Amino acid sequence: MIKMEPRQESSPWMPYVSPLLAGGLTLITGAILFAALGQDPIFALKTVLITPISDAYGVGELFVKAGPILLCALGLSVAYRANVWNIGAEGQLLMGGLAGSALAVQFTESEGLWLLPAVLFFGIVAGMLWAALAALLKTRFNTNEILTTIMLNYIAFNLLQYCVHGPLKDPHGFNFPESAMFADAARLPLLMEDARVHLGIILALVSAVAVWVLLGKSFLGYQIQVLGRDSRAAKMAGFKEKRLVWLALVLSGGLAGLAGVGEVAGPIGQLVPQISPGYGYAAIIVAFLGRLHPVGVTLASILMALLFMGGEMVQIELNLPLALVGMFQGMLLFYLLACDVLILYRIRWVSKPAVQTA
Amino acid sequence: MHSDSRLEDRPVASAQDGLPMPSRLALRGITKQYPGCLANDRVDLDIKPGEIHALLGENGAGKSTLMKIIYGLVKPDQGQLYWRGSPMQIADPGHARSLGIGMVFQHFSLFETLSVTENIALALGTPAREMKALSQKIAEVSQKYGMTLNPDRLVHTLSIGERQRVEIVRCLVQDIKLLILDEPTSVLTPQEVETLFITLRQLAKEGCSILFISHKLNEVQALCDGATVLRGGSVSGNCNPQQETPASMARMMVGDDTPIATEYVKVAGGEPFLIVSGLSKTTHDPFGTNLKNIQLQVRSGEIVGVAGVAGNGQEELLAALSGEEPVADGSRIRLSDTAIGRLPPDQRRRLGVAFVPEERLGRGAVPSMSLRENGLLTGFLQGLVKKGMVQSDKTEAFARQIIERFKVKTAGTHSPAKSLSGGNLQKFIIGREILQNPKLLIAAHPTWGVDIGAAVAIHEALIQLRDQGAAILVVSEDIDELFQISDRICAICHGELSPLKATADTTIEQVGRWMAGDFVEDAA
Repeated sequence: MIKMEPRQESSPWMPYVSPLLAGGLTLITGAILFAALGQDPIFALKTVLITPISDAYGVGELFVKAGPILLCALGLSVAYRANVWNIGAEGQLLMGGLAGSALAVQFTESEGLWLLPAVLFFGIVAGMLWAALAALLKTRFNTNEILTTIMLNYIAFNLLQYCVHGPLKDPHGFNFPESAMFADAARLPLLMEDARVHLGIILALVSAVAVWVLLGKSFLGYQIQVLGRDSRAAKMAGFKEKRLVWLALVLSGGLAGLAGVGEVAGPIGQLVPQISPGYGYAAIIVAFLGRLHPVGVTLASILMALLFMGGEMVQIELNLPLALVGMFQGMLLFYLLACDVLILYRIRWVSKPAVQTA
Repeated sequence: MHSDSRLEDRPVASAQDGLPMPSRLALRGITKQYPGCLANDRVDLDIKPGEIHALLGENGAGKSTLMKIIYGLVKPDQGQLYWRGSPMQIADPGHARSLGIGMVFQHFSLFETLSVTENIALALGTPAREMKALSQKIAEVSQKYGMTLNPDRLVHTLSIGERQRVEIVRCLVQDIKLLILDEPTSVLTPQEVETLFITLRQLAKEGCSILFISHKLNEVQALCDGATVLRGGSVSGNCNPQQETPASMARMMVGDDTPIATEYVKVAGGEPFLIVSGLSKTTHDPFGTNLKNIQLQVRSGEIVGVAGVAGNGQEELLAALSGEEPVADGSRIRLSDTAIGRLPPDQRRRLGVAFVPEERLGRGAVPSMSLRENGLLTGFLQGLVKKGMVQSDKTEAFARQIIERFKVKTAGTHSPAKSLSGGNLQKFIIGREILQNPKLLIAAHPTWGVDIGAAVAIHEALIQLRDQGAAILVVSEDIDELFQISDRICAICHGELSPLKATADTTIEQVGRWMAGDFVEDAA
């Protein structure tokens, strides 16, 4: 008989083993899934995990995708540590992309050095404002931020569709739902000659260091964590709960906004209807997989980027649907949550309950 | 009989040769192991018909586990229970009730919005058509045992003492053979305790056995015919409380190496430091208590004690004083000349206020954070933060200083708060506040659920702080504790404060009357 038994103390190493275990179980299940679809499981897994990064271009592409995921997940880590369940990184990302584009299309002929910083600034502020709406609703009306941020995602998506089909559409674009191409001065500079990897990944890594300092070293970060773990202790100590909730939401919104504007000003170069394949949602999984810690989140975002690339690869190579990416993401989160039970519990194999009978 | 002879008895009395027949309930070799904790270790216990038997022991000695075993809530790993002479395995509380075992828990399980009869009917599973008969029976039983109770009253309108009666009556309307009471007096005024004891004696006279769980030794002495003392999960002695002194029973509870309470000198104090004048506050909590015109002064260099039964406005008063619930008119609460009523907790701390909340885990300390991080929780004004950055070396030193000064037993500053025992964590929290050299310390239930050794250490620390000139306000339900450490004392009832008198000039009886709200005649 298998028995779950509470541990006396939470396991010190399980928080780190659990993501690895979840990754392993996802691979095994993935292999079974591929086999059931009539594919050679080893070859299929290789197609997902190794083929995409077998050349320099692929490695560059990995960082192109990891950048926005990392930015979103870093912000979410801060929010989740404060017990603020921001599910709206996707919407904040879209608003960042939209606002940055709105500025960039006004200056398609510009060569000014100011343009890129201004575009990025617009994107960040738009993400912040979008998250601020949820913060206002939460602190003023005690609204559940899970619901408001999800709903704001749909509003942001439709707003972007409206703009790209309407006011921001390129007048010379043969009625395609696209904006004009941005000026080079509005684009993030490339880091490599032959790949699309751009300054965005550097911005993301700098943000990771900043978040690490915030959470690990600053008193503000300490207050955020006290609030998240024990709001009554935070109140007793006199920490300002509302201010911390605002901070957590606005910070994560700003980082998501930067991720969004980084996409339009980076690899895409214009506003299109589809600027994110769901980076903002994937970042939720990444934040948990990385244990809400900047280092873990950085590693997890690279893995998630690989899954996005692998999904495209199976579509091309094996003729399987793109929905497989979603499957893998879901399995990863599912197994992670299941394995996390082992932080507080341990499994014991009991032969028979040792109770005397009268 | 004494502890040593008990040990010699064990082999003779163990299951092999049958039992002394007269026992209503007998336990032999009851053992229960929890992960990392041996809650009961070969416990033997005998209760005769009509006996009032005390189960004594400190927090964590295994009393709760043992009574849960008797009531069928927990299954023992080993050992045998005998009910009226025959072996019995109690499957669940329903089974226990059908045998005639009733239990009154420390925390009542009553529905606030239902009537007394409805609550009891729910517990017994009475069909609706018998409600009238039940209501009649409740009235009869409560009459018979001197526990006035109106069966139609809604529970939320009852006082704590009356709610306890509901729980007791619930047991009595059935055919009861053994009544278990878990710390029943902790929620009562001294006068209510007397009434309860009369009821219990009457019950015992009629042949009902009573298991009385307590750590209040004078009550045990006043009430019980026999006692079993637990220490660290095993029986450390059996005695007849009538032939013991509270001190000798305390020794059995704590062992030989722990200091037991001492007397402290009472002092007069200096200038008033905390001045509360005409503080009224309406609560947002539907089951909370409104504060009514609170007048209170705490002088520098004295300890003021506030007695009272839980739920009479203590929480609301403490929240107003700590700043967790600021008051609209700031001048109602002053420190000397500074109005602080509107200030948030951190700004009050800057003015020299320290606060020890009631819940030590989950308010006084963050359970999952290390002691080091928990030192920072309120110690951040002590130079532990510079330009927004936490100074890790100073934070570490501060936590280490608390641990050393107040002899906190822990593996180190990295241990999470939840890994400490209640007493050790409380020493840490009180130490954290005292090391900030407060001018005013507000402590809620400072020794609640703490073992005797730690309680003595905490009292000594408070006295020392007082002698350094700090004003100290202690809110506690333990009236003995308040008489021991306070220089002046008052009581709170229904959100009103009684007169404040020098402890030496009042009596437990008078404070007991104050706790029941009867203080008009004493008002000066």
